[in-house]
Amino acid sequence: MYRYDEFDHALVQDRVAQYRDQVARRISGELSEEQFRPLRLMNGLYLQLHAYMLRVAIPYGTLSSKQLRKLAHIARTYDKGYGHWTTRQNIQFNWPKLDETPDILAELAEVEMHAIQTSGNTIRNVTADAYGGVAADEIEDPRIWAEIIRQWSTLHPEFSFLPRKFKIAVTGAPHDRAAVRFHDIGVIVKRNWDGEIGFEVLVGGGLGRTPMIAKTIRQFLPKQHLLSYLEAILRVYNLIGRRDNKYKARIKIMVHELGIDEVGEMVEDEWERIKTGELELPADEIARIRAYFAPPEYEALPAEDPGFAAKRFEDRACAQWVRSNVNHHKQPGYAIVDLSVKPEGQPPGDVTDAQMDAVADLAEAYSMDELRVTHEQNLVFPYVKQSDLYELWRKLIEQGLATANVGLVSDIIACPGLDYCALANARSIPVAQRISKRFADLDRQHDIGELRMKISGCINACGHHHVGHIGLLGVDRRGEEYYQITLGGAPGEDASVGKIIGPAFSSGDVVDAVEELVNVYVEKRREGERFLDTYRRIGEEPFKTRLYEERFHAAA
Amino acid sequence: MPLLKQGAIVDDPWVYVGDDDDLPNGGPVIVTLKRWREDRDALMARGTQVGIRLTSEQTPGQVEDDLRHFGVVALEFPAFTDGRSYSNARRLRDRFNYPGEVRAVGDILRDQYFQYHRCGFDAIEIKDGETAADWARATSIITTPYQPASDGADNVLSLRQRRAAAGG
Ligand code: SF4
Repeated sequence: MYRYDEFDHALVQDRVAQYRDQVARRISGELSEEQFRPLRLMNGLYLQLHAYMLRVAIPYGTLSSKQLRKLAHIARTYDKGYGHWTTRQNIQFNWPKLDETPDILAELAEVEMHAIQTSGNTIRNVTADAYGGVAADEIEDPRIWAEIIRQWSTLHPEFSFLPRKFKIAVTGAPHDRAAVRFHDIGVIVKRNWDGEIGFEVLVGGGLGRTPMIAKTIRQFLPKQHLLSYLEAILRVYNLIGRRDNKYKARIKIMVHELGIDEVGEMVEDEWERIKTGELELPADEIARIRAYFAPPEYEALPAEDPGFAAKRFEDRACAQWVRSNVNHHKQPGYAIVDLSVKPEGQPPGDVTDAQMDAVADLAEAYSMDELRVTHEQNLVFPYVKQSDLYELWRKLIEQGLATANVGLVSDIIACPGLDYCALANARSIPVAQRISKRFADLDRQHDIGELRMKISGCINACGHHHVGHIGLLGVDRRGEEYYQITLGGAPGEDASVGKIIGPAFSSGDVVDAVEELVNVYVEKRREGERFLDTYRRIGEEPFKTRLYEERFHAAA
Repeated sequence: MPLLKQGAIVDDPWVYVGDDDDLPNGGPVIVTLKRWREDRDALMARGTQVGIRLTSEQTPGQVEDDLRHFGVVALEFPAFTDGRSYSNARRLRDRFNYPGEVRAVGDILRDQYFQYHRCGFDAIEIKDGETAADWARATSIITTPYQPASDGADNVLSLRQRRAAAGG
């Protein structure tokens, strides 16, 4: 993984010193809350319903064991003993004290981490495929490019007050695990006919009130031009993106209103003038960064470990776990292991200090000291030998991290909702917990198969309900918590936005309604079809009929 | 409004002239885009320097051909959260190669010093009552920035190149 050199170190340390001074000025009263606000936001410090919240960046989701131990230490020392994985490869601490936040940042700097640009109308923490470097279908490790973008965007002087926040995601594989089509900019690593690395660049995707799928602005961008091209897009957006209405300020609205062709022309015009300047990436800088992401020293192993194959045959529970939580690896004899942070009935994304320490130890022992955080709020061990899988599985069970539900109905993404968020209409986490309990039977979950369930407490869509195969959106109905259901959303290369199926359900009925939708799928599915496939084939009518005519006619 | 240049408060010889104000008899003036368009000939005939003040809705590109006549281009920040003038300053410096004074005016914050400086501003109208010493604290935190911008300063990308070239 990437290691800071003296420049990276100096930058985060200077930054901590600057922030410490700002906090001191706030505490002494020299700065009002209004003046302090933009400064704290630059360092990821929010003011929430009950307290401050600090959001720490985990660039492209990669963590070492040492870094995770530091996060555990921070949770224990400065918080109430837990953290929360977000849907953007960040971790949030919900109870830091203002005067201690500079110390937290100083501790983070020790392990090459920071909270820069995790909030505000800036370029946010760059996200990437959590399987970067190990996915079997990958063209190149997306983290090379995400790191290059991270450095360029960090404290970029021109883009600290954009019309709105700005999110960039990178995938190095055709199978899109980073939801690049729902980002302000999506970068897809490609090869051209000559075998050279470059990028397809997409722009204008996003969720929120107005979900939109990003459009391709450039089919192939040679790699040395990545930064100049991004700078051209950002400059055009900074100048002409709407600032009159917060809800129309994202670049997706600009692309929608002007059209991708016009935006494309403006960007090309800007880019033509800057592409051969200082931003053109030198080959040796690309090589320097690439070297950090070179494959680790793998052992030469058989493609299939015979010992593990036998164990799997004997132990049904283990086989089930392998089916949902273990993935193909680039390297023969290795596996990618998903750790489920969503055991039955637990709030999605929460993690305790003890759990973090335990995971750090396991990553050190079984995954070459490295792990990943996914945008689905789970964790990944990227370098596990198949011969270690059984032992690792047993140890993950002890930690409650081996629930065989990754990608299944109880692997729910939920926003903080009414329990934590001032904007919420309805609770998200308790509904997620009830759904998870309803489908607690793992055999049943495996029979249902892949089903992406996502819940947002309001229209801001932090729980990504638009891209859930089944999405729930909290709405307010005369002061009561209700949930609107959307069907057919998908975040990946087959991107689509879910459609509202009909009137909302009360909190009391919504879990039954979800179960009925699953029942319709189970009755109608064909061999090998996921929920999404069946929905796409048969359309919404059968689901609608079941919900509103057969099951809930009185309520609707 | 005190004017900060290169870390010191300096005399500001420039006078703002509103759209309906009479032109003073002498001395350099800064006018709006509207006034410039209406009174271009009269302003040029005065024989003293002219500057222009652009709102964040306006762009230097709108006066591209006249830039050589201006001794100052003042770019407004109607609110510190409106970041358009950063991009306009960069275009002034990098695209139009404008060599004169680029002045930051409006809702100016000390903690944005590096942003102003790096985007090519070389003069800042600070708040009444603020001193050069107040600003010195903001300018004392020297960070080698990652990315090139319009200040021509060393940046991490260029320093790493130099290090690589030196074989280090
Ligand atoms: S979706 Fe709404 S309720 Fe949920 S975290 Fe976002 S703003 Fe809050």
